[in-house]
Parts: sequence; C-alpha cells; structure tokens
Amino acid sequence: MSQKKRVNRREFLAEGGKAVGGLALLGAAIGGYGKQAASMPAYALRPPGALSEEDFLGACVRCGVCVKDCPYDILHLAEWQEEVALGTPYFIARDIPCEMCEDIPCVRNCPTGALNRTMEDIEKAEMGTAVLVDQETCLNLLGLRCDICYRVCPVLDEAITLERFHNTRTGSHALFVPTVHADQCTGCGKCEYACPLPVAAIKVLPDKLAKGEAGAHYRLGWKEKEKAGAALVTPDIEHQYNLPSGFSYDLLGDGLISPEQKGGQ
Amino acid sequence: MARKPVGEAALEHKGWWQSNRWLIFRRISQLSILTLFLMGPLASIWWVGELDNPFWVIKGSLASNVVLETVPLTDPFLYMQTLLAGQAFEMTALIGALIVTLFYLLVGGRAYCSWVCPMNIVTDSAGWLRRKFGLKKRCELSPRLRFLILGLVIVMSVLAGSMLWELVNPVTLFQRGILYGMGMGWIVVIAVFLYDLLWSRNGWCGHLCPMGAFYSLLGRFSYIRIRAAEREACDDCMDCFSICPEPQVIRPSLKGEHGVGPVIDESQCTNCGRCIDICGPEVFRFGSRFVK
Repeated sequence: MSQKKRVNRREFLAEGGKAVGGLALLGAAIGGYGKQAASMPAYALRPPGALSEEDFLGACVRCGVCVKDCPYDILHLAEWQEEVALGTPYFIARDIPCEMCEDIPCVRNCPTGALNRTMEDIEKAEMGTAVLVDQETCLNLLGLRCDICYRVCPVLDEAITLERFHNTRTGSHALFVPTVHADQCTGCGKCEYACPLPVAAIKVLPDKLAKGEAGAHYRLGWKEKEKAGAALVTPDIEHQYNLPSGFSYDLLGDGLISPEQKGGQ
Repeated sequence: MARKPVGEAALEHKGWWQSNRWLIFRRISQLSILTLFLMGPLASIWWVGELDNPFWVIKGSLASNVVLETVPLTDPFLYMQTLLAGQAFEMTALIGALIVTLFYLLVGGRAYCSWVCPMNIVTDSAGWLRRKFGLKKRCELSPRLRFLILGLVIVMSVLAGSMLWELVNPVTLFQRGILYGMGMGWIVVIAVFLYDLLWSRNGWCGHLCPMGAFYSLLGRFSYIRIRAAEREACDDCMDCFSICPEPQVIRPSLKGEHGVGPVIDESQCTNCGRCIDICGPEVFRFGSRFVK
C-alpha cells in the first residue's frame, strides 16, 4: 500500500468497526453452516481408510485424486447443495458399492493422509456396518431362501452368516436370518446394493449409528469360561433324593418313578 | 478532446496481436491446465503416441495433484488450512506445497490468479461487459478487506479444527466443478459473476477473495515483475488504469512518485500483462524485480 491516506482516529474506528462487524457476521454464518455440514447423512459412506469424520474435514483438501484413482468410478465429490460437506469424496452403496480392490488404489495418492495411505488389508476397512434394518420385508425373514446379501458379501460367511431359527408361523419350517458380524463387516455396501427389494432391507450405516455398545463392566459368562479354560463358579452338586427303595425322580420329565413304572417301560 | 475507447490507441499503434497477446497467452494457460486435468490418461497420447500403456500426465485438481504419477503439487492455501485445523504434517502435501510456493516466488504470487485460476475468466468477462456497457461502480469495498477475510479463514480453521472456508469457497468450488461436475455450483459462480458485473468492479478477485490475498503474500518478493520501463513515454491516456484488475498498483511506478523505481513491486499486481497489451506507447514490459 504505497498511497496511504492519513486517517484520523474516528474514521479508523468507524471503518474498522464496520469491517469487524461484517466479518463477525460472515464468520458466524459459516461457522453455523459448518456445524451442519459436518453431519454426514447416513446414506453417504467415506472411502476406505478415511479418518474420523471430524479429522477428515480438517485434513481432506478436496482434490479428488481418490476419485480419479478408483478404477470403478465409485467415488464422487460432493457438489454445492448436496448434504455431504462440499467437495469431499463419498459413495452411496445403493447406487454403486465399493469393490474392495486388494491394492486399495484410492488411498495411495491421498496427499494429506485424510485417507490412510499405509492401509494394507482392505478387509480391515471400516466404511460402515451393514444392518438388517427391516425385519418385516426381508425375504429370508418371511421364510424364503433369498440369501442374496449373504452370497454377495466379499467377506463370505464371516461378515454375514445365516442363523437358523424356528419359523413359528408355519410351525414346521426354518428361517435363515442374515446376521451381520460388525467386526468382520467392512461397509462396502455390496449387500445393500444387491438386496432385491425395491428399497433395501439391509443397509450400510455409519458405525456410530449401526453399533450399540455393551457396558464396560459386562462379562459374558461363557466367554470368561472359555478364557479361563474352566468353569469360574463351583458346579452345582447333583441333588440327592431321599426316596424309598426302587424309586427314582426325574426333575425335568416324569417326576416320581415307581419300580412298577420302571418295569413296565 | 474526447477520450478514445479503452484499447483503441494500442490497436492503432501496435495492431491486434500486440494489443492482445498476453491476454491470449493467459487464456491458453488457464484452459490448457484444465484440459490436461480433464484428459486424464488420454493426455499421455502426446508422449507415447498410442494408448496401450497410458499414464496420467496430471491427476487430481488445482487443490492437489500428482504430476507424471510421481511429483505431488498441493495448493499452499489449502495445505495451510489443514495445518491450522490441527492436522499433522504430511510429507506428500508438504513437498507439494513447497514446490508450488517456489514456483510462485519465481513468477509472482498472484500469477496464480491471472494465469491459472479459472475464476479469472468469469470475473474478467464481467469486467469486460462492465467496460462495454459503461457500468459505474455501485459500492466500493476496500481492497484490504480480503486480508481481513483471510484472517477470518485462519481464525475459523483454528477454532473449528476444520476447513470451514472450503465449505463456501467459490474459487475451489468452480475449479473442482469443472473437473468433477458442477451440479448446483453454477449458482455460486453466476453469483460471483453478477456481483462483479453489477456491484463492484473486480469485486471478487480484487476485494474479497482470501485466496488471492494469500497468494499475494506468498509472492510478495517474487522474481518476475512488470515494470514501467518507458515511463517517460506515458501519454496519460489512462487505459492501463481502466484495464488493470488492481489499478492502485500502477501509479507509484508509472509516475515515479516519491522516487519509486519503474518496477511495479506491489504484491497485488497479478502479472497478467494487460497493461503491456493495452499501452499504445509501450511503456510496460515483463522483467526481473532486480533490474531497476
């Protein structure tokens, strides 16, 4: 600024006050908007190896190298008025799911480490967790053997298993219930993509929505027993019945059994 | 004597090419950078001649990219925001930002604005229409406001631990939009255009854009500078002031006020070369900051 005008104090304060006021307004507006923009919609998934959402929004420079590096054109940079933070990469599983490339090309050239470049095993990805959100429309829960989500899962028979239950409606059939194991699920979205219903019954959700959390003090008896290699409590002593000679007692079944009954069997 | 329209004198003296060539060079520079990005691996056809084994000449966007699949380039303005937001130093981005910084120390910080940034085409068009229709300025904000906004960007990044400015930055929005899909982003670009056209001459680039402010600081002591080499020949036609996106930078060097040398050593000069084109008596030329 080589042609500085002399400004008196009053002018300086007036002009400075205007500027600071305007900036404060602008800052407040952007700050408020930023808070909203930081909440990812549940249908949007980040690429594999993404930092936590809070860190991701501070690290990602929105360059789109991951988009170009994805061989299947799955990733998309958020445009103006989309619900995802402007310019950041995401995908929608129902539109096109992650193919889980073994060499994970999308993370390799990330300049800022918003995606973990050193990630080696795509099966360790945590893009989200599949949840069978609708147990009333899922074909398997209606008693059919659709099994599509189970069969398309890239972590086959580990991330989704079919658990057998009694079909109480017919009384004589089985239900094969698709059951997601969160520690194995990468959130690739293949199951949601493949679900044959007009609206998927199984959906990949962000981990924070998909998972509950057990109390820190909870202990699962059977697991503790496995860990210890033996029962942790003294086994019950078998009950001794003081009965007349020849009699026996079946607690869960027939009750008192006389010698005649025994002989008759 | 009635004033001739802006550029008329240069046209008479030098012909069309000499009075438009830096503008043409800048448009070629801006468009070919975008074209290289858009062509992706197809661009390597110029090197390998066929596409059996294509490689990426440049991949990414102006925010950050990889050249020839090896050299990283990162926008220092964006990298600065990641650091302010509390993210760790990342070697790739750091190297990329340093290379870019060195480049602009050579060619002039705001050469980014006039030779690279596509938003320049939008605001130049608005400026051109403004001259064409003789629109008067409405509201003149201080050109120093952009430094306050730059300050705001810095403060917001630190306080929020997030790149808040990038949620609203029209410049990166436009650059990204051209390469990855604009969507509703056109609304923002048109808004900038209309603001420049109807409200304030060179309003966005010259008064508000914190990215330009950042680059002006980055290239404060850059090597290549325009100088008013033949300032004695100036016939006071004022065409350079009419066409310059930062007209306040010209006067000291052109008029030699307070013993200022002919080198336009002003951080806001974008090294666009429009003054060279538009000047009939050929006062201005590109040169080094050290040749006085």
